[in-house]
Amino acid sequence: MTDLADLTLLEAATALRSGDVSSRELTQACLERIEALEPKIHAFLSLTPDLALKQAEDADRRLSEWRKESVDPPPLTWGIPMAIKDVLCIEGVPTTCGSRILEGFRPPYTATSVERLISSGAVVLGKTNTDEFAMGSSTENSAYGPTLNPWDLTRVPGGSSGGSAASVAANVCYAALGTDTGGSVRQPASFCGVTGIKTSYGRVSRYGLIAYGSSLDTVGALAHSAADLLPIFHVISGHDPLDSTSMPEPVPNIALDDTDLTGLRIGVPKEYFIEGMQGEVETAVQEAVRVLESLGAVAREISLPHTDLALPVYYIIAPAEASANLARYDAVRYGPRIEAEDLRGQYFATRGALFGQEVKRRIMLGTYALSAGYYDAYYGQAQKVRTLIKDDFESAFKEVDLIACPVAPTTAFRIGEHSEDPLSMYLEDVFTLPANLAGVPGIAFPIGFDTDRLPIGMQLNAPHLGEAILFKTTYAYQEATSWHKERPSL
Amino acid sequence: MALTIEEVRHIAQLARLTLTPEEELRYTEQLSDILDYAGRLSKVDTSAIPPTASVLPLRAPLRPDVVRPCPPQELILRNAPSDQDGMFRVPPVLDT
Repeated sequence: MTDLADLTLLEAATALRSGDVSSRELTQACLERIEALEPKIHAFLSLTPDLALKQAEDADRRLSEWRKESVDPPPLTWGIPMAIKDVLCIEGVPTTCGSRILEGFRPPYTATSVERLISSGAVVLGKTNTDEFAMGSSTENSAYGPTLNPWDLTRVPGGSSGGSAASVAANVCYAALGTDTGGSVRQPASFCGVTGIKTSYGRVSRYGLIAYGSSLDTVGALAHSAADLLPIFHVISGHDPLDSTSMPEPVPNIALDDTDLTGLRIGVPKEYFIEGMQGEVETAVQEAVRVLESLGAVAREISLPHTDLALPVYYIIAPAEASANLARYDAVRYGPRIEAEDLRGQYFATRGALFGQEVKRRIMLGTYALSAGYYDAYYGQAQKVRTLIKDDFESAFKEVDLIACPVAPTTAFRIGEHSEDPLSMYLEDVFTLPANLAGVPGIAFPIGFDTDRLPIGMQLNAPHLGEAILFKTTYAYQEATSWHKERPSL
Repeated sequence: MALTIEEVRHIAQLARLTLTPEEELRYTEQLSDILDYAGRLSKVDTSAIPPTASVLPLRAPLRPDVVRPCPPQELILRNAPSDQDGMFRVPPVLDT
């Protein structure tokens, strides 16, 4: 028998239902694999083996009852070991956001998205590495050291959900939760050759997601395929009274049983093919669009004319929101404290010493953009241009059902490649930021490799709350191709 | 748009951040670069464009105003760097 950790989520779920394996066996296989691979990839910030084995035993008990009583089958997430990005709170489990300012913090409550997964039988293996407060595109901004890309250990896994993407790529878990504020699920999914869903803004509760940019933050998930992600999407989505921005609209019950895309109208935005992008990425995306056409879709070029403004808009709005959100780190209620003579001095000393370089840079940028005399020119103007970007998508979706485009201009870059020049790092997000500014969902999935055998991904975007079409289209692509079945050799 | 080191120091004061002299220099340069890049926003005519603060339609959902249990005090204080008599303990706020 193959290593249990090599099964896909759906294969593992099928084996659990039939009684061929137990959740405990799956969990132990994952924990053993984590122990073997962590020294190489450093995907986790903390592990919860005791919690995981207890959850697995509970899951097994319920599964055997289910089999005896032959009532409705459990959700497909039941008994499945997963990893959780370390920006989502789990009661009593260390939650650091990759920052020293939250070292030792154990939340008194659990994020709704995680709570729903646990209630649906999922087993929590541990918390995955992230750029500090999810600010970054490489996981190099983690205060606890970078995660390495399982396909090439000299390269970044992308970010900020780099730990989640690397853990799925390395088959140490069946799926992972991530978060996406400017591309932080999609870009690492692309760099690590896995499938990642960024949900519509408001689709999944943000309660217990430690805030970065509140008008942009979304919870998403990563796994090997759209089919593996779907049960997680169904579980974590839906209204939560604890998040007033979570949408009351019902979650669609999506079925993946049809690979015929006849009549599907796909738009390929010309602004997403820019000078300086890696030629292999451009070619692979065009080829993937041809695959979708062969399944019945009709593709044509469209225009999202304000695309080049998404980056400057994002890097005003996100830091502005971050500077307000991160004002809460005052060393009074949680986290370590750098002692000083008075309270004000304690704020300055603690924040200055325990926030990392990128976090301080964004707090400074956001504070400036919101400060007297500059508010209208920067923050106010960025909010207006955001309207134009949102309108671009709304106009496009009057003519097409779906937008297909690259995830990032390049495949995974080398560790340290952008560390001296923050603006060059920000440019990595150029194709993922617009979806966050418009609030629309996106999915990233593998469509090939470059000559260095690094994964290339494609992104699909749909109208707000239009995740069904993303899942169906990706499923059809993955039934017709096998890129998502490729694994790194570690 | 180039920031001066004095402006960087002022922003750090507003943001309650102690910066090292090296950080002051680095941020002066890096924030200037980023703001320079963001300057292209000013070229867009937005005189007739409303701002987007949230992509969602404005809603003000209400819930029944009933008393509900809240987490116990000791659970909340468990993460405090310093506490005393059921309160967060901090250094002096005002000169005595």
